[in-house]
Amino acid sequence: MTQEEEIIIVPGRWDLPFRHTAGRVASHFFYGLKEKRILALRCPRCRRVLMPPRPFCERCFVPLEDWVEVGQQGVLEAFTTCYARFTGLPDPPYCLILVKLDGTDSALQHLLGEVELEDIDRMKQAVRIGMRLEAVWREEREGGIQDIRYFRPVE
Amino acid sequence: MPRRVAIVAAGLSRTSSHRVDVTYPELVREAVSAALEQAGLQHHDIDAVAYGSMDPFDGVFAPERWNVEACAGAGAANLPLMKITTGGTTGGSTALAGYYHVASGLFDVVLAVASQRVGETLEAQLVLNTAIDPIYERWLGAGAITIAALQGARHFWRYGTTEEDLALISVKDYENARRNPYAHLMRMLTVQDALQTRMISWPLRLSDCCPSSDGAAALIFASEERARAITDRPAWVIGAGQITDNYWVGDRTWYEDWDSLSMLARRVYRQAKISDPLRELDVAELYNAFSIQEIIEYEALGFCDKGKGAELIRKGVTTMEGELPVCPSGGVLCTNPIGASGMIRVAEAALQTMGKAGDRQVPNVRKALAHAWGAAIGFHTLMVLSSEAP
Repeated sequence: MTQEEEIIIVPGRWDLPFRHTAGRVASHFFYGLKEKRILALRCPRCRRVLMPPRPFCERCFVPLEDWVEVGQQGVLEAFTTCYARFTGLPDPPYCLILVKLDGTDSALQHLLGEVELEDIDRMKQAVRIGMRLEAVWREEREGGIQDIRYFRPVE
Repeated sequence: MPRRVAIVAAGLSRTSSHRVDVTYPELVREAVSAALEQAGLQHHDIDAVAYGSMDPFDGVFAPERWNVEACAGAGAANLPLMKITTGGTTGGSTALAGYYHVASGLFDVVLAVASQRVGETLEAQLVLNTAIDPIYERWLGAGAITIAALQGARHFWRYGTTEEDLALISVKDYENARRNPYAHLMRMLTVQDALQTRMISWPLRLSDCCPSSDGAAALIFASEERARAITDRPAWVIGAGQITDNYWVGDRTWYEDWDSLSMLARRVYRQAKISDPLRELDVAELYNAFSIQEIIEYEALGFCDKGKGAELIRKGVTTMEGELPVCPSGGVLCTNPIGASGMIRVAEAALQTMGKAGDRQVPNVRKALAHAWGAAIGFHTLMVLSSEAP
């Protein structure tokens, strides 16, 4: 071995297919989205209305069965606008949000749309924690979280 | 009752964006050899090994097998080895495993090792995205950066923290890293430079985000009797713990406050008999993968009131010359081999307590704190080390 020898780099790649069950609860939620209805589950013990819906309350450890239809509007709890391009992730800029829908006790992670994002200063003016948002639906709904295209500010 | 346990040695590898000069086992061996040498031990002195890393970053599943040469060479041949993975807290959890092994009375001298080659993945954010729920959330493109950015946006909104405050954190940590030969980023940064780096995910700029690093760390935990025989100045574990929050980020209304870390801190400070951490701790190594998190950690760890974290950096309280130096190593912000980063915090705290931190040594360290966070900001580990036996 000599110091002059260049180190050889061996390429690697993972390209592994998977299939994930959404389970009964998320499946029911997705069928609701197909009909433009947003459903959540209420915990019989702590009474929280949990979004996204899940099979049991992690706090009370009881199964959830009490479906309630919640509002299509809500409040922006937190956000970040991503400006960097990462391989395999969405094209920037995109605004990731946590929105607490009317009638729920926890926030849904989704995207914000119809807002100027390119210019950072204008984005900071336009996107405000506490602002009212509403769901914008896709025309072609397939029964999945992306049946809601994004949330937009309420006029 | 747990036995008294001390860290008797802490070894670090050199780090960089890609340690092309060494294979993975060599990288691990670098840290392990440094620890064994510091303790004056041979590999046959080790009774068990705890090993930590996060699998997908290296493109190798089950890296404990990949590393079997290094771990076996370090004493794991014919001995028990336990592998730990808890996201960003992996290194912190692996240190806890080493501590628990000895505290239980089942083992006297235990080697804890953590390693990661984030430099071997070409897109760490894509790997991190696989940690997100595939049914509801993964399509959004969320990863570690965006979740920290959500914390930042809330902290700005609630407490009036600014991009200048974040820049002050980065400038302090970059300055510290320049004195640390085991740091990855070792360059000058001014507030002006920081504010001109590109926006990654508002409000976090490039200078607010950790790099991807290759690196490894190793700790040797020993029972009281063995520790006293090995060194005159071990770092005694006087408080340690982990906390687990729920998975769903949307269930928490306090992204800006990190209440689970506050709860863990109260538990661990009670063990360590600490009532005023800002005064009683001499140094703290925090898991500041993103500058905003260091500010939130000041608050959650009780160095100041909620919302007052930025004031500590504005007043210089956490600089090397301040009342409580934070991250003399430069922290995760300057060096992030993810699965090893939590252990590097413990290793730094141990070196500071043992007076072996070289040019970055804080004078007269009696109590040091090491922290890590992991998962979707839902895991934390803490360890308090002391120059005096509990």
